[in-house]
Amino acid sequence: MDVLTLSRIQFGATISFHYIYPPLSIGLGAMLVIMEGLWLKTGNPVYHQVARFWTRVFALTFAIGVATGIVMEFEFGTNWATYSRFVGDVFGSALAAEGIFAFFLESGFLAVLLFGWDKVGRKTHFFSTCMVAFGAHFSAVWIIVANSWMQTPAGYHIVGEGMHARAEITDFWQLVFNPSSMDRLFHTLCGAWCAGAFLVVSVSAWYLLRQKHQEFARASLKVGLTVALVASLLQAVTGHKSAQDVARNQPAKLAAFEGLYNTTSNAPLVLAGWVDEKNEKVVGIAAPGMLSFLAHNDFHMPVTGLKEFKPEDRPPVTASFLFFHGMVGIGFTLIAIASLGFLYFRKGTLPERRWLLWLLVFSVLGPQFANQLGWFAAEVGRQPWLVYGVMRTPEGLSAVVKANVVLTSLIMFTFIYFLLFAVFIYLLNDKIQHGPDDADLIPSGKLARPAKN
Amino acid sequence: MHLDLNTIWFILVGVLFTGYAMLDGFDLGIGALHLFTNKDEERRVMLNSIGPVWDGNEVWLVTGGGALFAAFPNVYATVFSGFYLAFYLLLAALIFRAVAIEFRSKQPMRWWRQMWDVSFSVGSILSSLLIGVALGNIAWGVPVDANGEFAGTFLGLLKPYPLLVGVTTVALFMMHGAIYGVMKTEGGLHDKLRVWATRCIIFFVICAVTLTMAALLFVPHMAARVRENPWLFSVALANMLAIANIPREFHHGNDGRAFLSSCATIVTLMALFALNIFPNMIYSLPNPENSLTIYNAASSPKTLGIMLVIAGIGIPVVLAYTVSIYWIFRGKVKLDRMSY
Repeated sequence: MDVLTLSRIQFGATISFHYIYPPLSIGLGAMLVIMEGLWLKTGNPVYHQVARFWTRVFALTFAIGVATGIVMEFEFGTNWATYSRFVGDVFGSALAAEGIFAFFLESGFLAVLLFGWDKVGRKTHFFSTCMVAFGAHFSAVWIIVANSWMQTPAGYHIVGEGMHARAEITDFWQLVFNPSSMDRLFHTLCGAWCAGAFLVVSVSAWYLLRQKHQEFARASLKVGLTVALVASLLQAVTGHKSAQDVARNQPAKLAAFEGLYNTTSNAPLVLAGWVDEKNEKVVGIAAPGMLSFLAHNDFHMPVTGLKEFKPEDRPPVTASFLFFHGMVGIGFTLIAIASLGFLYFRKGTLPERRWLLWLLVFSVLGPQFANQLGWFAAEVGRQPWLVYGVMRTPEGLSAVVKANVVLTSLIMFTFIYFLLFAVFIYLLNDKIQHGPDDADLIPSGKLARPAKN
Repeated sequence: MHLDLNTIWFILVGVLFTGYAMLDGFDLGIGALHLFTNKDEERRVMLNSIGPVWDGNEVWLVTGGGALFAAFPNVYATVFSGFYLAFYLLLAALIFRAVAIEFRSKQPMRWWRQMWDVSFSVGSILSSLLIGVALGNIAWGVPVDANGEFAGTFLGLLKPYPLLVGVTTVALFMMHGAIYGVMKTEGGLHDKLRVWATRCIIFFVICAVTLTMAALLFVPHMAARVRENPWLFSVALANMLAIANIPREFHHGNDGRAFLSSCATIVTLMALFALNIFPNMIYSLPNPENSLTIYNAASSPKTLGIMLVIAGIGIPVVLAYTVSIYWIFRGKVKLDRMSY
């Protein structure tokens, strides 16, 4: 295989593996704030136990998230050096801002969150929990800004020619608020909240099935199902907004998502099916006019088809189509699962419905797959561009790196990541089997003192 | 020396990497010393002495890398693609080290703990060594072609001088970590660490002297720099005084002051390194005209200005809560339910 293919596989593999963890940190971080907030508000010790248990799970995901995240920062330079030279002036500032504003905040206050339970008072601890969650969200802001700039570049101009050409900032705020950044940010955050919420839901449902730790499970479920429902519903709204961005800014990408070859008014939305690339059409069930509505809020507006673009400017159609539809399908399934769970939980009959509990146990996989597929769709749909309309993917490669060297690092990191994943699952399972600690029902140290109001 | 934006960012990137060396230096050093004791409880105390802070310390490297990317994208691109395999090894070492800290005490089995103990220690030593070798190569000079691309090979990076810098870095971090450990522990482990610290100081001093001689004898452009700017001797002198003060304070039992001297040693070493390469960031050997400087490798003045605002807002805040977190976790380590 050539350097390009290997480098793309390596970047895809390392970022996919990394992206198992940040959504869990963001989602669980937000959940921890709610859980600890509920403890401080109600004084109910079960919420203290809930917060302590999920903090331990959070620590596990955070550690691997940090360890695998550094790889990403290095990889821009090691494998995509020409890209780095070209965009450093613009893209680099977002990464540096992420380091200074988000990572320090997160890792600093994580110390208090994890080890400070007995050393600081309630308010300081709660403040630290908020700061960790805030830092996790803030790091999403900067990395999404950077990635969105690659999708919809703005606030820059090209200086120099040929090999020495590069993008330079003209307006920092246009870079930050580029046409797709905010909608994509909220869509990504909803995905992260879902990842955290459905993990909590899944484990709690498991305890109810096994009739263990029931009080703990009910308290966790209450928070988990509420966040899951709100986040999965918001996900549909932000998804709609993002689709409109794509229609406006990256029409070839939207056409690939839907396998739409001819520009069509009253364009149909494919509900299920596949792309017949040879005959340039989609086989499947479609809802007429829905794509026009999704893209332009109007059932009759024409949607641009792939034929408007030269073949070398089109993204891979089948892959984009499958990733996008996979994501959307899972997204709507999650809304249904969260609604059912929430409904029966409120009625108080959830523990009797074992089929639903089993469904909730497996629902943890939903956001993980949807998050991965969503990113696959976003990044594959951007092809053949590395920076949309400005730089093609092969142009960004490092000039001096050879295929066998990339193969070496790819094999090394595939091995390391499988090992890490196995250990992660082993330890996560161990924590879940062990369950919440009954000693956590009694706050100790300075936390035992009620906050002065 | 005219203080323009490029120079300011040269200094700021230097400050970030120096902060990294000073802070992560001691927890890498603790890692290097980890296997010297085989008692489980002592190993846990060692781990927990850095438990709340190692993660934040590593962020200095991440932010330093980010700042380098943003301020000097050409340096970032040339070094990272040129040192490809070395940096992937560094990443592997840092990953194993990080997850070992988190995973080690999660299971009681002996083989489990032994496996992660070895990962932690080997990862720490390898990280220190590779960081030192990378720095040594920059000091020695690396081959750069007319397009600013790295023109050497992986094996070409393993020259004696950079390797010596690597070993010295391991020694420096071990000394730094041992003194930190002395401050954070009590009882039997404290006494052991005291003995190790003394040996580490001797190890480091031998390395530092050898390295200085090697630099003056074999790195002609560094010696020339000192000849042209005699005031550089004052920085070298400050460095020597800082080093000499470490054993002095340590034997008087002023562990805190010994640690500060060790910090001062790191700061002055980094200052010497920076002053020797300035205004180059990558000194090109054998074609000095291809060197990447703070001007030909930098981002636009506009970006450097924006970043300065970001740094101006961010750094004071970061320093404020870094200090408060070290304050919250001050004193000797005591194991409890939350410990690693």
